[in-house]
Amino acid sequence: MRIWTFGDDIDTDAIIPGRFLTEYDPGKLAEHVFEGTRDDFRTGVRPGDVVVAGRNFGCGSSREHAPLALLGAGVKVVVAESFARIFYRNAVNTGLLPLVCPDTSALLEGHEIKVDPVGGFIESDGVRYAVEAVPPFMQAIVDAGGLVDYAKEMKEVELCTGSRR
Amino acid sequence: MGATLVEKIFSSRCGKEIEAGDVVMAAVDRAMIHDITGPLAIQKFREMGGERVFDPARIVMLFDHQVPADSIQAAENQKFMREFALGQGIHNYDLREGVCHQVVLEKGHAAPGEIVVGSDSHTCMYGAAGAFATGIGSTDMGFVLKFGALYFRVPDSIRVEVNGAFAPRVGAKDLILSIAGDIGADGATYQALEFAGETFRSMPMAGRMTCANMAIEMGAKAGIVPPDTITREYVQARRPDAAGFDLASDRDAVYAEWREYEVADLVPQVAVPHNVDHVVGVDEVAGTHVDQVFIGSCTNGRYEDFAEAAGVLGDRKFSDAVRVVLIPASKEEYLKTLRAGLIERFVEAGALVEAPCCGPCMGGAFGLLAPGEVSLSTSNRNFRGRQGSTEAGVYLCSAATAAASAITGEITDPREV
Repeated sequence: MRIWTFGDDIDTDAIIPGRFLTEYDPGKLAEHVFEGTRDDFRTGVRPGDVVVAGRNFGCGSSREHAPLALLGAGVKVVVAESFARIFYRNAVNTGLLPLVCPDTSALLEGHEIKVDPVGGFIESDGVRYAVEAVPPFMQAIVDAGGLVDYAKEMKEVELCTGSRR
Repeated sequence: MGATLVEKIFSSRCGKEIEAGDVVMAAVDRAMIHDITGPLAIQKFREMGGERVFDPARIVMLFDHQVPADSIQAAENQKFMREFALGQGIHNYDLREGVCHQVVLEKGHAAPGEIVVGSDSHTCMYGAAGAFATGIGSTDMGFVLKFGALYFRVPDSIRVEVNGAFAPRVGAKDLILSIAGDIGADGATYQALEFAGETFRSMPMAGRMTCANMAIEMGAKAGIVPPDTITREYVQARRPDAAGFDLASDRDAVYAEWREYEVADLVPQVAVPHNVDHVVGVDEVAGTHVDQVFIGSCTNGRYEDFAEAAGVLGDRKFSDAVRVVLIPASKEEYLKTLRAGLIERFVEAGALVEAPCCGPCMGGAFGLLAPGEVSLSTSNRNFRGRQGSTEAGVYLCSAATAAASAITGEITDPREV
Protein backbone atom coordinates (compact mmCIF):
# COMPACT_ATOMS: atom_id res chain seq x y z
CA MET A 1 0.00 0.00 0.00
CA ARG A 2 1.52 3.28 -1.10
CA ILE A 3 0.70 6.82 -0.16
CA TRP A 4 -0.63 9.44 -2.56
CA THR A 5 -0.47 12.85 -0.92
CA PHE A 6 -2.87 15.73 -1.49
CA GLY A 7 -3.22 19.18 0.12
CA ASP A 8 -6.03 21.02 1.89
CA ASP A 9 -9.55 21.62 0.53
CA ILE A 10 -9.52 18.87 -2.10
CA ASP A 11 -13.00 19.40 -3.53
CA THR A 12 -15.41 17.00 -5.15
CA ASP A 13 -15.05 18.71 -8.54
CA ALA A 14 -11.35 17.84 -8.40
CA ILE A 15 -12.06 14.23 -7.43
CA ILE A 16 -14.58 13.77 -10.24
CA PRO A 17 -15.44 16.69 -12.57
CA GLY A 18 -19.09 17.54 -13.22
CA ARG A 19 -19.07 16.45 -16.85
CA PHE A 20 -18.62 12.79 -15.86
CA LEU A 21 -21.52 12.60 -13.43
CA THR A 22 -23.88 10.90 -15.85
CA GLU A 23 -21.94 7.75 -14.91
CA TYR A 24 -22.35 6.10 -11.55
CA ASP A 25 -20.48 2.86 -12.11
CA PRO A 26 -17.30 2.98 -9.92
CA GLY A 27 -15.09 1.46 -12.63
CA LYS A 28 -16.16 3.99 -15.26
CA LEU A 29 -15.89 6.91 -12.81
CA ALA A 30 -12.37 5.77 -11.94
CA GLU A 31 -11.35 6.43 -15.57
CA HIS A 32 -11.74 10.14 -14.78
CA VAL A 33 -10.73 10.37 -11.11
CA PHE A 34 -8.74 13.59 -10.48
CA GLU A 35 -8.85 14.31 -14.23
CA GLY A 36 -7.19 17.63 -14.93
CA THR A 37 -6.00 18.16 -11.38
CA ARG A 38 -3.81 15.10 -10.72
CA ASP A 39 -3.54 13.08 -13.93
CA ASP A 40 -0.68 10.83 -12.77
CA PHE A 41 -2.95 9.39 -10.07
CA ARG A 42 -5.31 7.77 -12.55
CA THR A 43 -2.56 5.96 -14.40
CA GLY A 44 -0.37 5.12 -11.41
CA VAL A 45 -2.77 4.14 -8.64
CA ARG A 46 -2.74 0.49 -7.58
CA PRO A 47 -5.40 -1.39 -5.63
CA GLY A 48 -4.97 -0.80 -1.92
CA ASP A 49 -3.14 2.51 -2.28
CA VAL A 50 -4.08 5.14 0.28
CA VAL A 51 -4.99 8.78 -0.32
CA VAL A 52 -3.51 11.07 2.35
CA ALA A 53 -4.66 14.68 2.52
CA GLY A 54 -4.77 17.78 4.68
CA ARG A 55 -7.86 19.60 5.91
CA ASN A 56 -11.39 19.54 4.53
CA PHE A 57 -11.05 16.63 2.11
CA GLY A 58 -14.11 16.22 -0.13
CA CYS A 59 -15.58 19.69 0.29
CA GLY A 60 -18.27 20.80 -2.13
CA SER A 61 -20.86 18.70 -3.84
CA SER A 62 -22.99 15.90 -2.38
CA ARG A 63 -22.05 13.77 -5.40
CA GLU A 64 -21.46 10.24 -4.20
CA HIS A 65 -19.60 9.77 -7.45
CA ALA A 66 -16.54 11.10 -5.58
CA PRO A 67 -16.07 8.22 -3.11
CA LEU A 68 -17.22 5.81 -5.84
CA ALA A 69 -14.51 7.07 -8.21
CA LEU A 70 -11.86 6.45 -5.52
CA LEU A 71 -13.28 3.00 -4.78
CA GLY A 72 -13.32 2.22 -8.49
CA ALA A 73 -9.64 3.13 -8.61
CA GLY A 74 -8.95 0.60 -5.87
CA VAL A 75 -8.59 3.07 -3.00
CA LYS A 76 -10.26 1.76 0.15
CA VAL A 77 -8.93 4.27 2.68
CA VAL A 78 -8.55 8.06 2.78
CA VAL A 79 -6.55 9.57 5.63
CA ALA A 80 -7.07 13.30 6.17
CA GLU A 81 -6.72 15.90 8.89
CA SER A 82 -10.44 16.60 8.47
CA PHE A 83 -13.25 15.76 6.06
CA ALA A 84 -16.14 17.72 4.66
CA ARG A 85 -19.35 16.48 6.25
CA ILE A 86 -21.24 15.12 3.24
CA PHE A 87 -18.18 13.41 1.77
CA TYR A 88 -17.43 11.74 5.11
CA ARG A 89 -20.90 10.31 5.32
CA ASN A 90 -20.96 9.27 1.67
CA ALA A 91 -17.64 7.49 2.19
CA VAL A 92 -18.94 5.51 5.16
CA ASN A 93 -22.15 4.71 3.28
CA THR A 94 -20.32 3.37 0.24
CA GLY A 95 -17.57 1.49 2.08
CA LEU A 96 -14.64 3.90 1.63
CA LEU A 97 -13.00 4.24 5.03
CA PRO A 98 -12.35 7.87 6.06
CA LEU A 99 -9.74 8.12 8.82
CA VAL A 100 -9.03 11.38 10.63
CA CYS A 101 -5.39 11.90 11.54
CA PRO A 102 -4.65 15.27 13.22
CA ASP A 103 -1.38 15.86 11.35
CA THR A 104 -0.64 14.18 8.04
CA SER A 105 2.28 16.40 7.02
CA ALA A 106 4.97 13.78 7.76
CA LEU A 107 3.32 11.12 5.57
CA LEU A 108 5.24 11.02 2.31
CA GLU A 109 4.21 10.41 -1.28
CA GLY A 110 5.06 6.93 -2.53
CA HIS A 111 6.02 5.58 0.87
CA GLU A 112 4.50 2.42 2.25
CA ILE A 113 1.65 2.72 4.74
CA LYS A 114 -0.02 0.21 7.02
CA VAL A 115 -3.60 0.90 8.09
CA ASP A 116 -5.17 -0.67 11.17
CA PRO A 117 -8.60 0.88 11.69
CA VAL A 118 -9.51 -1.55 14.46
CA GLY A 119 -6.33 -0.78 16.38
CA GLY A 120 -6.90 2.90 15.63
CA PHE A 121 -3.57 3.67 13.98
CA ILE A 122 -1.67 3.98 10.74
CA GLU A 123 2.04 3.36 10.34
CA SER A 124 4.56 4.68 7.85
CA ASP A 125 8.36 4.98 7.88
CA GLY A 126 8.39 3.24 11.24
CA VAL A 127 6.20 5.89 12.87
CA ARG A 128 2.78 5.09 14.25
CA TYR A 129 0.01 7.71 14.09
CA ALA A 130 -3.24 7.53 16.02
CA VAL A 131 -6.40 7.92 13.93
CA GLU A 132 -9.88 8.73 15.15
CA ALA A 133 -12.38 5.93 15.01
CA VAL A 134 -15.58 6.31 13.02
CA PRO A 135 -18.28 7.68 15.41
CA PRO A 136 -20.25 4.94 17.22
CA PHE A 137 -23.53 5.54 15.39
CA MET A 138 -21.77 5.12 12.07
CA GLN A 139 -19.77 2.11 13.21
CA ALA A 140 -22.84 -0.06 12.94
CA ILE A 141 -23.14 0.97 9.29
CA VAL A 142 -19.46 0.23 8.66
CA ASP A 143 -19.79 -3.13 10.43
CA ALA A 144 -22.76 -4.00 8.23
CA GLY A 145 -20.65 -3.26 5.14
CA GLY A 146 -22.24 0.07 4.24
CA LEU A 147 -25.69 1.62 4.47
CA VAL A 148 -27.23 -0.55 1.76
CA ASP A 149 -26.47 -3.78 3.62
CA TYR A 150 -27.42 -2.12 6.90
CA ALA A 151 -30.84 -1.19 5.53
CA LYS A 152 -31.51 -4.24 3.36
CA GLU A 153 -33.33 -6.40 5.88
CA MET A 154 -35.05 -3.53 7.68
CA LYS A 155 -38.75 -3.04 7.07
CA GLU A 156 -39.03 0.17 9.08
CA VAL A 157 -36.99 2.37 11.36
CA GLU A 158 -37.67 3.32 14.94
CA LEU A 159 -38.08 7.08 14.88
CA CYS A 160 -36.38 9.45 17.29
CA THR A 161 -34.08 6.80 18.62
CA GLY A 162 -30.45 7.69 18.81
CA SER A 163 -27.61 8.43 21.09
CA ARG A 164 -26.49 11.30 23.24
CA ARG A 165 -23.19 12.75 22.13
CA MET B 1 -30.73 26.22 29.38
CA GLY B 2 -32.19 27.62 26.20
CA ALA B 3 -32.30 25.94 22.82
CA THR B 4 -31.28 27.08 19.36
CA LEU B 5 -33.74 27.14 16.48
CA VAL B 6 -32.14 23.97 15.08
CA GLU B 7 -32.37 22.16 18.44
CA LYS B 8 -36.02 23.18 18.70
CA ILE B 9 -36.83 21.79 15.26
CA PHE B 10 -35.44 18.38 16.23
CA SER B 11 -37.01 18.49 19.71
CA SER B 12 -40.37 19.27 18.20
CA ARG B 13 -40.02 16.44 15.70
CA CYS B 14 -39.03 13.93 18.37
CA GLY B 15 -41.32 15.04 21.18
CA LYS B 16 -38.42 15.21 23.59
CA GLU B 17 -35.56 17.53 24.32
CA ILE B 18 -32.82 17.17 21.73
CA GLU B 19 -29.50 18.95 22.04
CA ALA B 20 -26.68 19.66 19.63
CA GLY B 21 -24.48 16.59 19.38
CA ASP B 22 -27.34 14.14 19.79
CA VAL B 23 -27.74 11.61 17.04
CA VAL B 24 -31.36 10.93 16.15
CA MET B 25 -33.36 9.02 13.59
CA ALA B 26 -35.78 11.72 12.47
CA ALA B 27 -38.65 11.67 9.99
CA VAL B 28 -38.20 14.09 7.08
CA ASP B 29 -40.91 16.35 5.70
CA ARG B 30 -39.58 16.50 2.15
CA ALA B 31 -36.92 14.82 0.07
CA MET B 32 -35.66 16.30 -3.20
CA ILE B 33 -33.85 14.42 -5.96
CA HIS B 34 -32.56 15.67 -9.31
CA ASP B 35 -31.10 14.28 -12.51
CA ILE B 36 -27.49 13.99 -11.30
CA THR B 37 -27.81 12.23 -7.97
CA GLY B 38 -31.32 10.81 -8.39
CA PRO B 39 -30.57 7.76 -10.54
CA LEU B 40 -28.03 6.45 -8.02
CA ALA B 41 -30.44 7.17 -5.14
CA ILE B 42 -33.10 5.10 -6.88
CA GLN B 43 -30.61 2.31 -7.49
CA LYS B 44 -29.64 2.34 -3.79
CA PHE B 45 -33.32 2.36 -2.77
CA ARG B 46 -33.78 -0.77 -4.87
CA GLU B 47 -30.62 -2.41 -3.48
CA MET B 48 -31.99 -1.75 0.02
CA GLY B 49 -34.99 -3.82 -0.91
CA GLY B 50 -37.21 -0.80 -1.50
CA GLU B 51 -40.37 -1.43 -3.47
CA ARG B 52 -42.68 1.49 -2.69
CA VAL B 53 -41.31 4.85 -1.57
CA PHE B 54 -42.32 5.99 1.93
CA ASP B 55 -44.71 8.68 0.71
CA PRO B 56 -44.76 9.86 -2.92
CA ALA B 57 -46.37 13.18 -1.90
CA ARG B 58 -43.30 14.07 0.17
CA ILE B 59 -40.83 13.52 -2.64
CA VAL B 60 -39.91 16.27 -5.07
CA MET B 61 -38.32 15.26 -8.35
CA LEU B 62 -36.99 17.52 -11.06
CA PHE B 63 -34.27 17.85 -13.64
CA ASP B 64 -31.99 20.88 -13.66
CA HIS B 65 -28.33 19.94 -14.08
CA GLN B 66 -28.37 18.74 -17.68
CA VAL B 67 -31.32 20.49 -19.19
CA PRO B 68 -32.34 19.79 -21.81
CA ALA B 69 -30.41 16.52 -21.86
CA ASP B 70 -26.95 17.19 -23.29
CA SER B 71 -25.95 13.59 -23.92
CA ILE B 72 -27.62 10.28 -24.59
CA GLN B 73 -26.57 9.15 -21.16
CA ALA B 74 -28.15 12.20 -19.50
CA ALA B 75 -31.33 11.48 -21.47
CA GLU B 76 -31.25 7.86 -20.30
CA ASN B 77 -30.87 8.94 -16.67
CA GLN B 78 -33.82 11.29 -16.99
CA LYS B 79 -35.91 8.63 -18.71
CA PHE B 80 -35.10 6.23 -15.86
CA MET B 81 -36.22 8.81 -13.30
CA ARG B 82 -39.39 9.69 -15.23
CA GLU B 83 -40.39 6.05 -15.27
CA PHE B 84 -39.64 5.67 -11.57
CA ALA B 85 -41.80 8.73 -10.79
CA LEU B 86 -44.68 7.39 -12.88
CA GLY B 87 -44.51 3.96 -11.28
CA GLN B 88 -44.35 5.36 -7.74
CA GLY B 89 -46.85 8.19 -8.15
CA ILE B 90 -44.23 10.87 -7.46
CA HIS B 91 -44.94 14.28 -8.93
CA ASN B 92 -42.12 15.08 -11.32
CA TYR B 93 -41.54 18.71 -12.29
CA ASP B 94 -39.26 17.28 -14.98
CA LEU B 95 -37.32 19.99 -16.83
CA ARG B 96 -40.12 22.56 -16.86
CA GLU B 97 -39.62 24.50 -13.63
CA GLY B 98 -35.96 25.22 -13.06
CA VAL B 99 -33.22 24.77 -10.48
CA CYS B 100 -34.10 22.43 -7.60
CA HIS B 101 -33.43 24.81 -4.71
CA GLN B 102 -35.44 27.66 -6.16
CA VAL B 103 -38.30 25.41 -7.23
CA VAL B 104 -38.66 23.64 -3.87
CA LEU B 105 -39.06 27.01 -2.15
CA GLU B 106 -41.36 28.64 -4.67
CA LYS B 107 -43.66 25.62 -4.80
CA GLY B 108 -43.97 25.67 -1.01
CA HIS B 109 -42.18 22.40 -0.31
CA ALA B 110 -40.18 23.88 2.57
CA ALA B 111 -41.66 25.71 5.54
CA PRO B 112 -40.50 26.86 8.98
CA GLY B 113 -39.68 24.05 11.37
CA GLU B 114 -39.64 21.37 8.71
CA ILE B 115 -36.82 18.94 8.05
CA VAL B 116 -35.94 18.79 4.36
CA VAL B 117 -33.21 16.75 2.71
CA GLY B 118 -31.98 16.86 -0.86
CA SER B 119 -29.30 14.96 -2.70
CA ASP B 120 -27.54 18.20 -3.57
CA SER B 121 -25.18 20.11 -1.32
CA HIS B 122 -26.95 23.46 -1.71
CA THR B 123 -30.14 22.03 -0.18
CA CYS B 124 -29.22 24.22 2.79
CA MET B 125 -30.85 27.07 0.82
CA TYR B 126 -34.28 26.06 2.20
CA GLY B 127 -33.11 27.46 5.53
CA ALA B 128 -34.14 30.80 4.01
CA ALA B 129 -37.72 29.70 4.80
CA GLY B 130 -36.84 28.69 8.35
CA ALA B 131 -36.55 24.98 7.58
CA PHE B 132 -33.75 22.72 8.73
CA ALA B 133 -32.45 21.62 5.36
CA THR B 134 -29.32 19.72 4.48
CA GLY B 135 -27.61 18.06 1.53
CA ILE B 136 -27.10 14.31 1.54
CA GLY B 137 -25.57 11.72 -0.77
CA SER B 138 -27.40 9.22 -2.94
CA THR B 139 -27.13 6.25 -0.56
CA ASP B 140 -28.54 8.32 2.30
CA MET B 141 -31.28 9.39 -0.12
CA GLY B 142 -32.00 5.76 -0.98
CA PHE B 143 -32.54 5.20 2.74
CA VAL B 144 -34.85 8.23 2.92
CA LEU B 145 -36.87 7.05 -0.09
CA LYS B 146 -37.43 3.74 1.69
CA PHE B 147 -38.02 4.86 5.27
CA GLY B 148 -38.89 8.57 5.15
CA ALA B 149 -36.32 9.15 7.85
CA LEU B 150 -32.59 9.51 8.32
CA TYR B 151 -29.98 9.64 11.05
CA PHE B 152 -28.88 13.19 11.87
CA ARG B 153 -26.23 14.41 14.21
CA VAL B 154 -27.93 17.57 15.43
CA PRO B 155 -25.49 20.42 14.79
CA ASP B 156 -24.60 23.21 17.15
CA SER B 157 -25.04 26.69 15.72
CA ILE B 158 -22.92 29.68 14.90
CA ARG B 159 -24.94 32.87 15.35
CA VAL B 160 -24.23 35.37 12.58
CA GLU B 161 -25.70 38.66 13.78
CA VAL B 162 -25.78 41.29 11.06
CA ASN B 163 -26.75 44.92 11.46
CA GLY B 164 -26.87 48.03 9.31
CA ALA B 165 -28.13 48.95 5.86
CA PHE B 166 -26.27 48.07 2.65
CA ALA B 167 -24.75 50.86 0.56
CA PRO B 168 -26.11 51.13 -3.02
CA ARG B 169 -24.93 48.26 -5.31
CA VAL B 170 -23.90 46.20 -2.27
CA GLY B 171 -26.07 43.36 -0.99
CA ALA B 172 -26.60 39.84 0.30
CA LYS B 173 -24.03 38.21 -2.00
CA ASP B 174 -21.31 40.60 -0.87
CA LEU B 175 -22.27 39.87 2.73
CA ILE B 176 -22.15 36.09 2.42
CA LEU B 177 -18.85 36.22 0.47
CA SER B 178 -17.42 38.37 3.22
CA ILE B 179 -18.66 35.92 5.88
CA ALA B 180 -17.23 32.97 3.92
CA GLY B 181 -13.91 34.77 3.75
CA ASP B 182 -13.93 35.17 7.54
CA ILE B 183 -15.22 31.76 8.57
CA GLY B 184 -13.26 29.84 5.92
CA ALA B 185 -14.14 26.88 3.71
CA ASP B 186 -14.25 24.47 6.66
CA GLY B 187 -14.89 26.89 9.53
CA ALA B 188 -18.46 25.76 10.07
CA THR B 189 -18.10 22.04 9.33
CA TYR B 190 -20.86 20.03 11.00
CA GLN B 191 -22.47 23.24 12.33
CA ALA B 192 -25.47 25.33 11.42
CA LEU B 193 -25.23 29.01 10.56
CA GLU B 194 -28.08 31.00 12.10
CA PHE B 195 -28.43 34.30 10.22
CA ALA B 196 -29.98 37.03 12.37
CA GLY B 197 -29.93 40.73 13.20
CA GLU B 198 -31.71 43.74 11.74
CA THR B 199 -30.12 43.34 8.29
CA PHE B 200 -31.64 39.88 7.94
CA ARG B 201 -34.96 40.94 9.45
CA SER B 202 -35.34 43.51 6.66
CA MET B 203 -33.78 41.34 3.93
CA PRO B 204 -36.16 40.09 1.20
CA MET B 205 -36.40 36.33 0.62
CA ALA B 206 -34.12 36.53 -2.44
CA GLY B 207 -31.18 37.72 -0.31
CA ARG B 208 -31.91 35.21 2.43
CA MET B 209 -31.79 32.46 -0.18
CA THR B 210 -28.41 33.71 -1.43
CA CYS B 211 -26.98 33.55 2.10
CA ALA B 212 -28.50 30.23 3.18
CA ASN B 213 -27.40 28.72 -0.15
CA MET B 214 -23.75 29.37 0.59
CA ALA B 215 -23.70 27.94 4.13
CA ILE B 216 -22.26 24.75 2.63
CA GLU B 217 -19.31 26.77 1.29
CA MET B 218 -18.19 27.09 4.91
CA GLY B 219 -18.78 23.37 5.46
CA ALA B 220 -22.03 23.97 7.34
CA LYS B 221 -24.72 21.33 7.58
CA ALA B 222 -27.44 23.97 7.41
CA GLY B 223 -27.99 27.69 7.16
CA ILE B 224 -31.15 29.07 8.70
CA VAL B 225 -32.91 32.42 8.92
CA PRO B 226 -35.34 32.62 11.87
CA PRO B 227 -38.86 32.86 10.41
CA ASP B 228 -40.59 36.24 10.56
CA THR B 229 -43.26 38.21 8.73
CA ILE B 230 -41.25 38.16 5.49
CA THR B 231 -41.02 34.36 5.73
CA ARG B 232 -44.73 34.15 6.51
CA GLU B 233 -45.71 36.24 3.52
CA TYR B 234 -43.57 34.17 1.16
CA VAL B 235 -44.42 30.71 2.49
CA GLN B 236 -48.14 31.18 3.11
CA ALA B 237 -48.66 32.45 -0.43
CA ARG B 238 -47.41 29.01 -1.53
CA ARG B 239 -48.55 26.79 1.34
CA PRO B 240 -51.56 28.34 3.11
CA ASP B 241 -51.48 25.62 5.78
CA ALA B 242 -47.84 26.13 6.74
CA ALA B 243 -47.12 26.82 10.40
CA GLY B 244 -44.07 27.26 12.61
CA PHE B 245 -43.65 30.99 12.03
CA ASP B 246 -43.21 31.60 15.76
CA LEU B 247 -40.09 29.42 15.96
CA ALA B 248 -37.07 31.22 17.37
CA SER B 249 -33.93 30.49 19.33
CA ASP B 250 -34.17 31.13 23.05
CA ARG B 251 -32.38 34.21 24.35
CA ASP B 252 -30.17 31.98 26.47
CA ALA B 253 -29.52 29.45 23.71
CA VAL B 254 -25.99 28.11 23.69
CA TYR B 255 -24.05 28.86 20.51
CA ALA B 256 -20.72 27.42 19.42
CA GLU B 257 -19.77 30.90 18.32
CA TRP B 258 -21.32 34.37 18.02
CA ARG B 259 -20.21 36.63 15.16
CA GLU B 260 -21.27 40.21 14.55
CA TYR B 261 -21.21 42.12 11.29
CA GLU B 262 -22.00 45.71 10.36
CA VAL B 263 -22.74 46.17 6.66
CA ALA B 264 -22.90 49.96 6.25
CA ASP B 265 -19.27 50.09 5.13
CA LEU B 266 -19.26 46.77 3.24
CA VAL B 267 -17.88 47.12 -0.30
CA PRO B 268 -18.55 44.73 -3.23
CA GLN B 269 -16.75 41.44 -2.59
CA VAL B 270 -15.12 38.98 -5.00
CA ALA B 271 -13.96 35.41 -4.35
CA VAL B 272 -10.84 34.76 -6.41
CA PRO B 273 -9.76 31.39 -7.88
CA HIS B 274 -9.83 28.67 -6.73
CA ASN B 275 -11.36 28.86 -3.24
CA VAL B 276 -14.69 30.27 -2.14
CA ASP B 277 -13.09 31.68 1.04
CA HIS B 278 -10.40 33.56 -0.87
CA VAL B 279 -12.39 36.78 -0.76
CA VAL B 280 -11.22 40.34 -1.42
CA GLY B 281 -12.79 43.76 -1.91
CA VAL B 282 -13.52 44.45 -5.59
CA ASP B 283 -10.75 47.10 -5.69
CA GLU B 284 -8.10 44.43 -5.25
CA VAL B 285 -9.04 42.62 -8.46
CA ALA B 286 -10.54 45.50 -10.46
CA GLY B 287 -9.11 45.55 -13.97
CA THR B 288 -8.82 41.76 -14.28
CA HIS B 289 -9.80 40.78 -17.83
CA VAL B 290 -12.88 38.52 -18.07
CA ASP B 291 -13.92 36.26 -20.96
CA GLN B 292 -17.31 35.20 -19.64
CA VAL B 293 -19.85 36.62 -17.21
CA PHE B 294 -22.51 34.31 -15.82
CA ILE B 295 -25.50 35.77 -14.00
CA GLY B 296 -27.72 33.01 -12.69
CA SER B 297 -27.72 29.80 -10.61
CA CYS B 298 -29.64 29.02 -7.43
CA THR B 299 -27.46 31.56 -5.64
CA ASN B 300 -28.30 34.60 -7.78
CA GLY B 301 -30.69 33.74 -10.59
CA ARG B 302 -33.76 35.52 -9.26
CA TYR B 303 -35.68 38.53 -10.58
CA GLU B 304 -34.05 40.73 -7.93
CA ASP B 305 -30.61 39.83 -9.29
CA PHE B 306 -31.60 40.61 -12.86
CA ALA B 307 -33.25 43.87 -11.78
CA GLU B 308 -30.01 44.84 -10.03
CA ALA B 309 -28.00 43.90 -13.13
CA ALA B 310 -30.39 45.85 -15.37
CA GLY B 311 -30.07 48.86 -13.08
CA VAL B 312 -26.30 48.81 -13.53
CA LEU B 313 -26.59 48.22 -17.28
CA GLY B 314 -28.98 51.10 -17.96
CA ASP B 315 -29.23 51.62 -21.70
CA ARG B 316 -25.66 50.59 -22.44
CA LYS B 317 -24.34 47.45 -24.14
CA PHE B 318 -22.25 44.61 -22.81
CA SER B 319 -18.67 44.45 -24.06
CA ASP B 320 -18.22 42.51 -27.30
CA ALA B 321 -15.16 40.92 -25.73
CA VAL B 322 -17.28 39.17 -23.10
CA ARG B 323 -19.68 36.27 -23.45
CA VAL B 324 -22.56 37.21 -21.16
CA VAL B 325 -24.73 34.26 -20.14
CA LEU B 326 -27.92 34.84 -18.15
CA ILE B 327 -29.89 31.94 -16.71
CA PRO B 328 -32.95 32.51 -14.53
CA ALA B 329 -33.20 30.08 -11.61
CA SER B 330 -36.76 29.08 -12.42
CA LYS B 331 -39.67 29.52 -14.78
CA GLU B 332 -41.32 31.82 -12.23
CA GLU B 333 -38.23 34.05 -12.01
CA TYR B 334 -37.81 33.92 -15.80
CA LEU B 335 -41.36 35.09 -16.39
CA LYS B 336 -41.10 37.86 -13.80
CA THR B 337 -37.90 39.08 -15.45
CA LEU B 338 -39.40 38.74 -18.92
CA ARG B 339 -42.61 40.59 -18.05
CA ALA B 340 -40.61 43.43 -16.54
CA GLY B 341 -38.97 43.87 -19.94
CA LEU B 342 -35.52 43.02 -18.67
CA ILE B 343 -34.90 39.98 -20.87
CA GLU B 344 -35.39 42.14 -23.96
CA ARG B 345 -32.96 44.69 -22.53
CA PHE B 346 -30.31 42.03 -21.83
CA VAL B 347 -30.64 40.46 -25.27
CA GLU B 348 -30.35 43.88 -26.92
CA ALA B 349 -27.26 44.53 -24.83
CA GLY B 350 -25.65 41.35 -26.17
CA ALA B 351 -26.41 38.65 -23.61
CA LEU B 352 -27.37 35.04 -24.19
CA VAL B 353 -30.43 34.11 -22.14
CA GLU B 354 -30.87 30.41 -21.49
CA ALA B 355 -33.81 28.46 -20.10
CA PRO B 356 -33.79 27.84 -16.31
CA CYS B 357 -31.16 25.25 -15.33
CA CYS B 358 -27.80 25.00 -13.60
CA GLY B 359 -25.83 25.83 -16.75
CA PRO B 360 -22.14 26.60 -16.33
CA CYS B 361 -22.37 26.15 -12.54
CA MET B 362 -22.76 22.44 -13.13
CA GLY B 363 -19.60 22.40 -15.23
CA GLY B 364 -20.94 19.83 -17.60
CA ALA B 365 -23.70 21.07 -19.80
CA PHE B 366 -22.62 24.27 -21.55
CA GLY B 367 -20.94 27.62 -21.09
CA LEU B 368 -17.62 25.99 -20.30
CA LEU B 369 -14.26 27.73 -20.26
CA ALA B 370 -11.15 27.10 -22.35
CA PRO B 371 -7.70 26.89 -20.71
CA GLY B 372 -6.52 30.32 -19.62
CA GLU B 373 -9.97 31.89 -19.68
CA VAL B 374 -11.57 33.78 -16.83
CA SER B 375 -15.19 33.66 -15.75
CA LEU B 376 -16.93 36.06 -13.42
CA SER B 377 -19.91 34.30 -11.97
CA THR B 378 -22.76 34.92 -9.56
CA SER B 379 -22.84 31.21 -8.66
CA ASN B 380 -21.55 29.66 -5.46
CA ARG B 381 -18.35 27.76 -6.29
CA ASN B 382 -15.08 28.66 -7.93
CA PHE B 383 -13.32 25.34 -7.51
CA ARG B 384 -10.65 24.60 -10.11
CA GLY B 385 -12.35 23.13 -13.16
CA ARG B 386 -15.84 23.97 -11.90
CA GLN B 387 -16.81 25.72 -15.15
CA GLY B 388 -14.71 23.80 -17.64
CA SER B 389 -10.93 23.68 -18.02
CA THR B 390 -8.85 23.19 -14.88
CA GLU B 391 -6.57 25.84 -16.39
CA ALA B 392 -9.37 28.42 -16.28
CA GLY B 393 -10.24 30.66 -13.34
CA VAL B 394 -13.63 31.46 -11.83
CA TYR B 395 -14.30 34.59 -9.76
CA LEU B 396 -17.52 34.89 -7.74
CA CYS B 397 -19.43 38.11 -7.18
CA SER B 398 -22.87 39.74 -7.01
CA ALA B 399 -25.15 40.40 -9.98
CA ALA B 400 -24.29 44.12 -9.76
CA THR B 401 -20.54 43.48 -9.99
CA ALA B 402 -21.12 40.93 -12.76
CA ALA B 403 -23.16 43.42 -14.81
CA ALA B 404 -20.66 46.25 -14.35
CA SER B 405 -17.83 43.94 -15.41
CA ALA B 406 -19.77 42.68 -18.43
CA ILE B 407 -20.02 46.28 -19.65
CA THR B 408 -16.31 47.03 -19.33
CA GLY B 409 -14.81 43.59 -20.03
CA GLU B 410 -12.84 43.61 -16.81
CA ILE B 411 -13.70 43.22 -13.14
CA THR B 412 -15.31 46.50 -12.22
CA ASP B 413 -16.72 48.09 -9.08
CA PRO B 414 -20.47 48.44 -9.75
CA ARG B 415 -20.49 51.77 -7.90
CA GLU B 416 -18.20 53.24 -10.54
CA VAL B 417 -20.03 52.61 -13.82
